[in-house]
Amino acid sequence: MQKLLLLGDEAIAQAALDAGMSGLYAYPGTPSTEIMEYVQASPDAAAGDVRREWSSNEKTAMEAALGMSYAGKRAMVAMKHVGLNVAADAFINSAVTGVNGGLVVVAADDPSMHSSQNEQDSRFYGRFAMVPVLEPRNQQEAYDMIFDAFDLSERYRLPVLLRITTRLAHSRAAVQRREARAQNSSSLPANPRQFVLLPAIARKQYRALTGLYDRLRTDPVLSGYNRFANGTGRKLGIITCGIAYNYLMENIEQHNDGCPVLSLAAYPVNSDAVAELVDSCDRVLVLEEGYPLIEEQLRGVLDRDVKVAGRLDGTVPRDGELNPSIVAAALGIQKNAGKEVPAVVRQRPPSFCKGCGHADVFAALAAVMKDFGPGRVFSDIGCYTLGALPPYNIVNSCVDMGASVTMAVGAADAGLFPAVAFIGDSTFTHSGMTGLLDAVIKDSPITVIISDNLTTGMTGGQKSQATGRIESICLGLGVNPDHLRVIVPLRKNHEENMAVISHELNHHGLSVILAMRECIQTASRNKKGRRGREKQD
Amino acid sequence: MKCDIILAGVGGQGILSIAATIGLAAVEEGLFLKQSEVHGMSQRGGDVQSHLRISDSEIHSDLIPHGAADLIISVEPMEALRYLPWLSSEGWVITNSVPYVNITDYPDSAELMAALEDTGNTVVLDADSIARELGSPRSGNMVILGAASSFIPMPFEILERAVQQLFNRKGREIVYLNIQALREGRKAAATR
Ligand code: SF4
Repeated sequence: MQKLLLLGDEAIAQAALDAGMSGLYAYPGTPSTEIMEYVQASPDAAAGDVRREWSSNEKTAMEAALGMSYAGKRAMVAMKHVGLNVAADAFINSAVTGVNGGLVVVAADDPSMHSSQNEQDSRFYGRFAMVPVLEPRNQQEAYDMIFDAFDLSERYRLPVLLRITTRLAHSRAAVQRREARAQNSSSLPANPRQFVLLPAIARKQYRALTGLYDRLRTDPVLSGYNRFANGTGRKLGIITCGIAYNYLMENIEQHNDGCPVLSLAAYPVNSDAVAELVDSCDRVLVLEEGYPLIEEQLRGVLDRDVKVAGRLDGTVPRDGELNPSIVAAALGIQKNAGKEVPAVVRQRPPSFCKGCGHADVFAALAAVMKDFGPGRVFSDIGCYTLGALPPYNIVNSCVDMGASVTMAVGAADAGLFPAVAFIGDSTFTHSGMTGLLDAVIKDSPITVIISDNLTTGMTGGQKSQATGRIESICLGLGVNPDHLRVIVPLRKNHEENMAVISHELNHHGLSVILAMRECIQTASRNKKGRRGREKQD
Repeated sequence: MKCDIILAGVGGQGILSIAATIGLAAVEEGLFLKQSEVHGMSQRGGDVQSHLRISDSEIHSDLIPHGAADLIISVEPMEALRYLPWLSSEGWVITNSVPYVNITDYPDSAELMAALEDTGNTVVLDADSIARELGSPRSGNMVILGAASSFIPMPFEILERAVQQLFNRKGREIVYLNIQALREGRKAAATR
């Protein structure tokens, strides 16, 4: 079969297509975005008529996938780690309903927060929901695991969580493809009440789930991914999780110290394998990309056993992603440290693209806000969060998708006037609309600026869910048409836009300002695309 | 054989097409390859890097350890210096000399060149001018790759073929210009 050079994300996407997936559901988020982008561009997906539209948010994605599974077909959901918070309600309950067609949930964690607000570890969600978790060590294993993930899901009638981190998601390597298999034909669940979580039914199914979770520990497929390599040394034993194994091998292959190594890539873990390692060594080092999940379990509540080393005792830094150098230090291996960064090197933080519409909105807003003082602009997740940096220094919050609107509502309730919410179009349809309804109902004295760049800009210009419909959505939610203003954020409109913003900020009720101009990047891509198409014609 | 390369630049400068070219060439040569990229927030004009590792035996880590890189290939002079902690003591820095100034405290160019000089094994060239003279101002990254090519343990023809493969769907003209850029870069580095 064909060998392809693929990002971890792309390997997962290609595997899902080859494993007979009928639908992928996702909301863009670094580092998971390329999974959907790959499937959308894939001729295999087009040939198989695989459903592959972006969803409004991770919760709607998760639910749609569960619906496809209900109807007997294989479905996958992909999101960044914090997206699983949004999807959590559906995700946790999907373990209780169980599945019909195979259902795989991919969560891409971002330790070191390269492009995120936190570095939460999705393996905890797997344990919380009591579903199998797979954590591939490399791109090939990510590809292979997807087949097993769908099979496990259909065998146990449970969703399966595949957890990756940024380095695997965004690193390319050769991947050997397998023979593709057919999609499922549709079929209703054998038990018509399986998906009806009325308390009486949920209680029964939940009890069954707890029993099933215990049995997963000895499942041969899951245990097969957890590999023990015995060594001659007895001083130090090492447990790695996922890609931490690679960083270990990078170090010990050259040093060959003969440590026994247990390399974990599937959960729940069979305790026999762990006991074998722990009982045979004086000290155990745990290397995990993410939170100290296994380490904490080894230590237990009492943590009396001094033999465990890892993130909790400082052998490995408590936060941030691992790398070969950190692992070398944890192993006590002296390494060539490389040169220092010369003093002449300056920080180069990300910034708005030249000509970005958000920048023009901020320029007008900043000028108007001078009259009101600082500390009044609640913002959200997107390129426009850069408004927190110089020269604007105007954004006072960035917490979670949609929080700008609702935090402004709460602050206004506390007497802050004026309070401004600054949100992008895609974030607005993801989770801002419900908050705006709250504001409409009580005519909150806030000004919501929806900076509509007609795309999902920060993740690379994916289709935004409601392009061209934002204004009618606001009206539909009940925003007063007199205080729904549309502006075009261009430098030549600066004065005019300032006047609109100033007028609405002084209004003691809800105002929405829709600032519409296409993202520069998306606009130039679209133009190129059009030119390319014209050439073909 | 192993070659560990740090690619450096500013978001939007096109370091990923350098990575893709070397990647295609490595596949053609039947080598193992791992190439880690930066996507997301920092692509908006921030500093970006890519770790590229090629080897004739299995590669474990997607990331290059500190002090281990054989090459830093940079399309921007200050960005080349940012990754010195990764460079091995015998490693080389191949960089464009043209600054990308999108910050207010960008260092003085004499200071910058002195710091580059200090690192020892460096090839510094004005890739933008070379690309402009070729009539292909956007091919500066291929000029840089050409300048680095003699340090990459692969036949030059394989790199040329990879450039062809990479730009094929953009038409013959673009392929030609980029191969010219690659050759001129190689020449410029050799005649220094
Ligand atoms: S990608 Fe688009 S929205 Fe983001 S900063 Fe650039 S122009 Fe603005």
